[in-house]
Amino acid sequence: MMQTDWLWGLAGGGLIGLAAAMFLLLNGRIMGASSLLGSVVDGTAGNKTLENIVFMAGLAGVPWLVSLIWSGQSTHLTPDLWAIVLGGVLVGLGTRLANGCTSGHGVCGMSRLSRRGIVASLAYVGAGMLMISLLRHVWGLV
Amino acid sequence: MARLVFAALTGGIFGLGLLISGMTDTRKVQGFLDLFGDWDPTLAFVMGGAILPMAVAWRIAARRRVALTGAPMPPPPDGTIDARLVGGSVLFGAGWAVAGLCPGPALASIGFGGTGGVIFLLAMVAGMVVATRIARPTDGVTAWTSDP
Repeated sequence: MMQTDWLWGLAGGGLIGLAAAMFLLLNGRIMGASSLLGSVVDGTAGNKTLENIVFMAGLAGVPWLVSLIWSGQSTHLTPDLWAIVLGGVLVGLGTRLANGCTSGHGVCGMSRLSRRGIVASLAYVGAGMLMISLLRHVWGLV
Repeated sequence: MARLVFAALTGGIFGLGLLISGMTDTRKVQGFLDLFGDWDPTLAFVMGGAILPMAVAWRIAARRRVALTGAPMPPPPDGTIDARLVGGSVLFGAGWAVAGLCPGPALASIGFGGTGGVIFLLAMVAGMVVATRIARPTDGVTAWTSDP
C-alpha cells in the first residue's frame, strides 16, 4: 500500500533527523555519511577517525541486527555488475568533490538553509532524475 | 568516551531510520527519481521528516558555543557555489540513479545487502580515493574535513 510507505518514510525520516540532531547537539558534528566515510578513507579525519568508525559501525550494525530478527530486508540492488561498479564509483567521486551527499547537503544543509546544501541537492536530484529517464526510458538499461 | 557512545547511538538511529523509511531499497529511491514511471514520493516524506527535527536542532545549536560533550559547534555555512560543488553533485546524482544507493544506505545495508552491496561499497571507496587524486582542494586542506 503506497500510503503506508509514505508514513514509514515520514517516521524513518524523523529518526534520521533525530540522529542528525543528536550528533550535532551532543558531539558538535554534522551527520554526513560521505564525509564521515570519506575522511577516514583519505586520512583527513584526524582525531575524529575513531568517532567516525564507531558511528559507521552503529549505522551498519543496527540494520544488520534488525535484519536477523525481521527477515525479508532487501536492497533489490541490480544484479548488473557494470551498474553496481559505475554507480559506486560515481557516488564516491561525486560526493567527495561536492563535500556532501543526501545526508550532509540534504538533511543537514537544507535544514539550516545553507546555499551549498540547497544547490547541491537540486543538482543531484536533477541529475538523478535525468539519468534515470535516460537509463530506463531511452536506453532501457535498468 | 561519551562521544564514542553517542556516535554509535546516533549511527544506529540513523541506520534504523534509513531501514524503516525504505531508503535502503534501491527500487524506492529509483522510483522517486523516475518521474515518467510509477512515481514514488516516499523519499520526499523521508527528507521532510528528517529536515524538521534538524531545523529545530540548528536553532538550539545557534544559541550554544559548544555541544554537550564540550566539542565545538560547526562553523556557519560556507556559501561558496563552485564547479566542484555542482559538478560533484551532478556526478553523484548520476551514480545514485544508476544503482539506487547513496553513501548512508550503502553503509546501512551492508549487513544484508549481499555481495552486490559489498561491491558497491568498495567501488564507492575507490571513487572517494580517485576524488583526492584528481582534484586537489583549491580551498585548503580543511575543505576535505569541513562540513557541508
